[in-house]
Amino acid sequence: MAENIQFIPGSDACIEGALYAGCEFFAGYPITPSSEVAEGLSKELPKRGGKFIQMEDEIASMACVIGASLAGKKSMTATSGPGFSLKQEGIGYACMTETPCVIANVQRGGPSTGNPTHVAQGDTMQARWGAHGDHSIIAMTASNLQDVFKMTVEAFNLAETYRTPVVLMFDEATQHLREKVVIPEPGEIEVIDRIRTDIPVGEQYYPYLTDANGQRPMSDFGAGHRFHVTGLHHNLLGFPDVSPENVNELIHHLVDKIDSKANEIARYKEYYMDDADYVIVCYGTTTRSALQAAEDYRNQLGIKVGVLELQVVWPFADEIVREKCANAKAVIVSEMNMGQIVREVRRVVDQPEKVYFSNRVDNQIIKPADIKAALRMITGKGV
Amino acid sequence: MSDTQFDVNKYIRAQFFPQMWCPGCGHGTVMGALLRAIHDLGLENDDVSVVSGIGCSSRISGYLDFNTAHTMHGRALPTATGIKLANPNLKVIVPFGDGDSTAIGGNHFIHACRRNIDITAIVMNNRIYGMTGGQYSPMSGRGVKASTAPYGVPDESFDLVELAKGAGASFVARTTVYHAKEAQNTIKKAIEHKGFSVVEILSMCPTQFGRKNKAGEAPQMMEWYKDNTVPMGSKKLADNPDLIQRGVFVDDNERLEYCTAYQELVIDKVMKKG
Ligand SMILES: Cc1ncc(C[n+]2csc(CCOP(=O)(O)OP(=O)(O)O)c2C)c(N)n1
Ligand code: SF4
Repeated sequence: MAENIQFIPGSDACIEGALYAGCEFFAGYPITPSSEVAEGLSKELPKRGGKFIQMEDEIASMACVIGASLAGKKSMTATSGPGFSLKQEGIGYACMTETPCVIANVQRGGPSTGNPTHVAQGDTMQARWGAHGDHSIIAMTASNLQDVFKMTVEAFNLAETYRTPVVLMFDEATQHLREKVVIPEPGEIEVIDRIRTDIPVGEQYYPYLTDANGQRPMSDFGAGHRFHVTGLHHNLLGFPDVSPENVNELIHHLVDKIDSKANEIARYKEYYMDDADYVIVCYGTTTRSALQAAEDYRNQLGIKVGVLELQVVWPFADEIVREKCANAKAVIVSEMNMGQIVREVRRVVDQPEKVYFSNRVDNQIIKPADIKAALRMITGKGV
Repeated sequence: MSDTQFDVNKYIRAQFFPQMWCPGCGHGTVMGALLRAIHDLGLENDDVSVVSGIGCSSRISGYLDFNTAHTMHGRALPTATGIKLANPNLKVIVPFGDGDSTAIGGNHFIHACRRNIDITAIVMNNRIYGMTGGQYSPMSGRGVKASTAPYGVPDESFDLVELAKGAGASFVARTTVYHAKEAQNTIKKAIEHKGFSVVEILSMCPTQFGRKNKAGEAPQMMEWYKDNTVPMGSKKLADNPDLIQRGVFVDDNERLEYCTAYQELVIDKVMKKG
């Protein structure tokens, strides 16, 4: 069979990934630059018997997605900027109730209305800490559209595996870019379906009991197990329980189930890293310019610059980043914000003083020249 | 329809009783009426989903042996919308407080009415925020004393029936906890109705509303509903037009229900096109 090759914008790559992963439900509220995802799914989902609903706001969209997931559907929403802020209440509820769902946050300039049509990466920390209270979460990015597709599929897989909301931290530039994307055949990329309990109906089902495989198998509303979900501190049955021992165990579980699996959840790409003396750590669109800068330094000056692209941003891959940066003379973190992941990199590397920062917050994509300016300062040589 | 004897144990999670409601709280009566209505309709526990928000009233979901979600403050209806769309076979019932439904959830409430999705909303209206200590709600009404209105509430309240009607709900009713049998029958009709149904049940909070407003203990508050409400269209109403009306104000079976609309106007249409 001929390969399914498409020349599409990033929003379509995200849509194709969602459909490949078996997304059956979307609820959302329009906001630039994420609306194309909603528009595309409003067209595609009903063709497959899936459902799309435009809700009255982002709070409602997030709640609606959680409801559909509780009833057994793989569900997602997409948003940007202020809409991502509004979704935080629901994201916290999904963390607490361990309800799988995917939230695409197509980042734009902020704070507030900021700049709807331009690029930024200012929500990186909000993705991690936007919902109140201790919790952990998974957030992913991509720098090209083949990876937008792939990360979207993986976001659904990770959401089901870890029973958690997963945030896709795309940005305006990747969403509006057009590139060639090869849509894999079914089965080429693994798709993880809802992990459901095999407890027979009629027997006591514990929605929050970890089984021998480390999973907490789910049931659907209407499937016969009649369980309860609440945003209150709850026990393994899902019922409110505020005893100190129970709460302690719950909070540790919510954090540890993701943080202790950081190495397994990690997705990253290495470019020219084998012999790199200088490492650029980046994620999302920024990677494209980092690659150009690295190539120019190698080709024109023979200076060995490598690029470490983080595709999973949260949980932060402490050990991997530490190891990959261990032999570097200097590390440059490049991001389109005032310094968010750079703090994480400084936290994990052996010598924080060798970590430099290259950023832009003027609605413009970070350019190879911006990163090269940092390299010139560090190496004393420029191209 | 059920011809068996009503047995409350079929519907409750007995291990979680006694519930947290104060003695004399009206919410227990609403729960009783709801369960009897479900029994009357012969619904299976597996086929019912009860989705609530946050508040004393919203604690109801935890006590009931259905598919239950105790969600976020105000967000019961959008969560229920997701559940219903994902599984239209479920009878989705949303019992929640007046604050939950009309303040923080007010926007969701009017849009659920507008969509006419087949969900039954039961507003347990005690005219106060019971759970958080007696602050005023959009249903308190001018002059009511509340912990955040020591001099009396300055704002007007909503008329929930008019709000639901105006927003497009296809079944709208009002009753009270004094009229428990009427509440049971009204809820029954509301659940049977295909479309968005709203039942306002005037409930009571002796602990927060009663004390601050010198409304007496639970029995006096009950009596108040007996004396100050009248069936719509009754002679008593004609003589006392200022009394609060009870009854079914809208029961419109013509309006297209949302899940059906999505199936017929969207899914079937694209499938036909191929
Ligand atoms: C986002 C948010 N804001 C505020 C609260 C605090 N809160 C909890 S219940 C409640 C009011 C409940 O009143 P009502 O819905 O009328 O129910 P009642 O307790 O009277 O039955 C409030 C304000 C909350 N839980 N979440
Ligand atoms: S505070 Fe009021 S609403 Fe809450 S349980 Fe007590 S009586 Fe009921």
